[in-house]
Amino acid sequence: MTDRSIAFVRTEYVEKLPAPKTTIGPVAWMREHLFSSIPNAILTFLGLYIIYLVVPPVIEFALVNAVWTGEGRDACLGSEGACWAYVGAYFEQFIYGRYPDAERWRVDLVFSAGALGLVPMLMPTVPFKRANAIFLLGVYPVAAFVLLTGGHVDLNGFLLPDALMAPSTLKFWVDYGIVAAVLAGGAAFLTAQAGADIRNTVRVVLGIFAILGLAIFFAGFDFGLERVETDVWGGLLVTLVVAITGIVASLPLGIVLALGRRSKLPAVRLMSVIFIEAWRGVPLITVLFMSSVMLPLFLPEGVTFDKLLRALIGVALFSSAYMAENVRGGLQAIPKGQYEGAQALGLTYWQMMGLIVLPQALKLVIPGIVNTFISLFKDTTLVLIIGLFDLLGQIQSSFTDPTWATPYTSHTGYLFAAMVFWAFCFSMSRYSIFMERRLDTGHKR
Amino acid sequence: MAGARTAEEAAKKVAWINDPRIRGLAYQIVLIAIIVLLGYEFIHNAALNLEKQNIASGFGFLKNTSGFAIVQTLIDYSEESSYGRVFFVGLLNTILVAVIGIVLATVIGFVVGIARLSNNWVISRVATVYVELVRNIPLLLQLFFWYFAVLRSLPNPRQSLEISGSVFLNNRGFFLPKPVFGEGAGLIGIALIVAIVATVAIRFWAHRRQDRTGRIFPVFWTGVGLLVGLPLVAFLVAGMPVTLDYSVLKGFNFVGGLRVIPEFVGLVLALSIYTATFIAEIVRAGILAVSHGQTEASYSLGLRPGPTLRLVVIPQAMRVIIPPLTSQYLNLTKNSSLAVAIAYPDLVSVFAGTVLNQTGQAVEVLLITMLVYLGLSLVTSLFMNWYNARMALVER
Repeated sequence: MTDRSIAFVRTEYVEKLPAPKTTIGPVAWMREHLFSSIPNAILTFLGLYIIYLVVPPVIEFALVNAVWTGEGRDACLGSEGACWAYVGAYFEQFIYGRYPDAERWRVDLVFSAGALGLVPMLMPTVPFKRANAIFLLGVYPVAAFVLLTGGHVDLNGFLLPDALMAPSTLKFWVDYGIVAAVLAGGAAFLTAQAGADIRNTVRVVLGIFAILGLAIFFAGFDFGLERVETDVWGGLLVTLVVAITGIVASLPLGIVLALGRRSKLPAVRLMSVIFIEAWRGVPLITVLFMSSVMLPLFLPEGVTFDKLLRALIGVALFSSAYMAENVRGGLQAIPKGQYEGAQALGLTYWQMMGLIVLPQALKLVIPGIVNTFISLFKDTTLVLIIGLFDLLGQIQSSFTDPTWATPYTSHTGYLFAAMVFWAFCFSMSRYSIFMERRLDTGHKR
Repeated sequence: MAGARTAEEAAKKVAWINDPRIRGLAYQIVLIAIIVLLGYEFIHNAALNLEKQNIASGFGFLKNTSGFAIVQTLIDYSEESSYGRVFFVGLLNTILVAVIGIVLATVIGFVVGIARLSNNWVISRVATVYVELVRNIPLLLQLFFWYFAVLRSLPNPRQSLEISGSVFLNNRGFFLPKPVFGEGAGLIGIALIVAIVATVAIRFWAHRRQDRTGRIFPVFWTGVGLLVGLPLVAFLVAGMPVTLDYSVLKGFNFVGGLRVIPEFVGLVLALSIYTATFIAEIVRAGILAVSHGQTEASYSLGLRPGPTLRLVVIPQAMRVIIPPLTSQYLNLTKNSSLAVAIAYPDLVSVFAGTVLNQTGQAVEVLLITMLVYLGLSLVTSLFMNWYNARMALVER
C-alpha cells in the first residue's frame, strides 16, 4: 500500500450488455425446444414433415379447392375440393331430419329454451340454481315432449276392467286416483305402526302423485299442436334427444344403483352389482339390438313402443350403469365423518343421503358426469345401425341422392359431421376440465 | 343406556316397524318379489309372442345349416356349416380384430403419450392436436371415413398401389406375400423356443451376477441377438425351407398370397387410432403422476436418463397406468362390434345380425352374444387385476 495508489472508482454503471444470443430470443428458444440434440432435431423435422403431409392437403380440400355455391352436382363435379354447396342444400335436413317444414319452429323453440336453461346452470357463479334445476329437470322435459311430439297423448286407463268403465281419459284419472289412494293408505298404515304422524307421510305420497299427475296431464292435454311422429325426426334433433334423454334419465337411476351398490342389504347390493356389471360388460350395439328386437317380445300383446322410444330405453339403461359408477366414486370420496355426523344427528337413511351426502358427492362428480355425457353423445351415432336417422345417419343417407352425387360428396359430409361432433365434444371436455379445476379445492388428495 | 331404562325396556318401546333388521328384510323381500314378478311377466309374454309368430325356442337352431358365406374365416367354414360354426367364426374374427387393435393402439398410444410430454415443441404440439382432434369425433364416423372414404375409393386392382411388387393395396383389400412353410421349417420354431429359454436364463443369471458383483450384463441386446440370430441360423441350416407366396394380378383381381379384406383394415385402423388417443392420455397422466423428485433422486444416485426411465419412472407409472388401460382394452373389444356397420364378419355382424335375421330367435342369439362380451370383459379384468396386484406388491 503506497501513497500513490489512486483508487479508480467509477461513478456510473456500465451499459448492460444484452444477454447472449444463445440464451434469449427466438434462436435460443429454437435451440432449446427444437434442436437441443441431434435426435431432437431429427424429431423436429419428422414433426414438421407430418404437418406438411396433413395440413396443406386438408386446407386445400376444405378451403382452397372447395365449391361454396351452386345447384346440384354439376357445380362440384370439376373441382378437387369439398362440395360445401351440398352441405348448404342439405343443412336443414341435417338439423331437423324430415320434420315437417311448417312445424320446425317447435324444434327451434325447444333448442333455444334448452340453451337458455342450460347456460346459467353451467355457470357456477349464477344464482337461483335450485329454480334453474327445477326448470331444466322438471318443466323443460315435459314442455319439450309436448312441443316435439305435439303432445295430446291418448290416456286410456290401465287398472279397472273395461266392462266396468269404458276406456277414456276419465278412466285413466280414476285409475290413477285409485293407485294414489291405495299407496297413500299403505304408507299411512305403516307410519301408524311406527307410531309417527301419518299426515306428513300422506302429504308426501300424494304430493309426488300430484306432481307426476300434472306432468301426465300436460302431456295428455290438447294444445292444438299437430302430432309429429318420431319416424320423421332426424339429424341433430335425434342426436340431441337421444343424448340428453339418456343422461337425464340415467341420473336418478344411476344414483339409486350407486346407493344400492353401497347398501348393507345383501340382496340389494347383489342386484345392483349384477345390473351395473352386466350393462357395462356388453357393447352398446347389442343393447340397441336388444331394445329394438327383444323388448317388443317382452311386452304384453297390444303394447307397442315406437323405435325411438325403444332406443331411448336402451340408452338410458346402458348409461345408468356408467352413471352409477360415477356416483359411487363421489360417494366414496365423502369422508366417513359426514355419514357418522348425519347419523349422530338422528337423520334417517334418506335424510342423510339427500341432505348431507349426495349434495356433496354429486358436486364432486360433475366432471365425471360431463365425461359420461361426452361419450354418450358420441355413442348416439350408433342408433343409425338400428335404423334411426341421427346426424351421421342423415348425412350417410344423403349420399344416395343422385342430385349431389360427386366423388367428394361423402368426404364433405364426413368432414361436416366431424366438425359438428368435434365442436360439441371439445367444448364439453373443456367445461369438464374447468369444473375439475374449480372443484379441486384442496381437500382431495 | 343410562338410568333406570334398561335395554329391554327401550327395545319394547321401539315399534317392530322401526327395527332396522325387519326393515332391511322387508325391503329385500319387496325388491326380490318385484324382480321375480317382472321376470315372470317378461318370460310369459315372450313365450306367448314367440308362439304367435311361429318362432321356435331353445338352442336347437345352433345345429341347423347356415346357408350363407362369410368373407373372412379363420377356421374351416362353408355354406353347409351350422349356426354353431358361424358363432365360432364370428367370435374368432372379433378376437382377431380386438387383439391386433389392442397391440396397435398400445404402441401408438404410448408413443403419442410420451410425445405429448416431449421437450420438443413441434412434437408435443402435433401429439396434442392428434389427441384432441381424434378423441372428440365419434368412432363410428371415423370408421365410415376409413372404410367408405379412404379404402373404398382406392384404385381398382389394376392400378393398385404397390411396394416393390410384393405388397399391394387396392379397393379389394390389402395383399401381402404369404409365408409357406416347407420341410424342415419346424427347426426354426425349435430355434425360437431355445432362444426364448436362453434369454430368460441369461436374464436370471445376469441378475444374480449383478447382485453379487455389481457388474451389468447387456441382457437386452443379447436377447435381441439370440431371438433374431438363432432362428436365422436355423433357417440357413435347414436350407431355407420358408418361401413367400406372392399375390399376382390375374384378370381383374389378385390371386395367391395373403388377402386382408378392406373391412378388417378399416376396422383395425379406426379402432386403434381412436383408442390410442385415450391410451396416450392415460400414459401421460401416469408419467406425470411420478413426482419429479424421483427422477432427481435417481440422477443424484448416478443413473443415466435411460436406466432412470426404465428402472425408476416406468415401474411407478405403470401402477397408475394399468387399471385405466384395462378398461380401454375392454372398450376397444366392445367397440369392435361396430364392425356391423361396415359388414366385417365379427360376432355381432354375422351372429347377432345374419343368424338372428334368418332364425328370428332374438332372445337366444342376443343372450349368447351378450354373454360372450360379458365373459371377455370378466376374463380381461380378472387377468388385469392379477397383473395389477403383482405390480402393486413391488411397493415394499
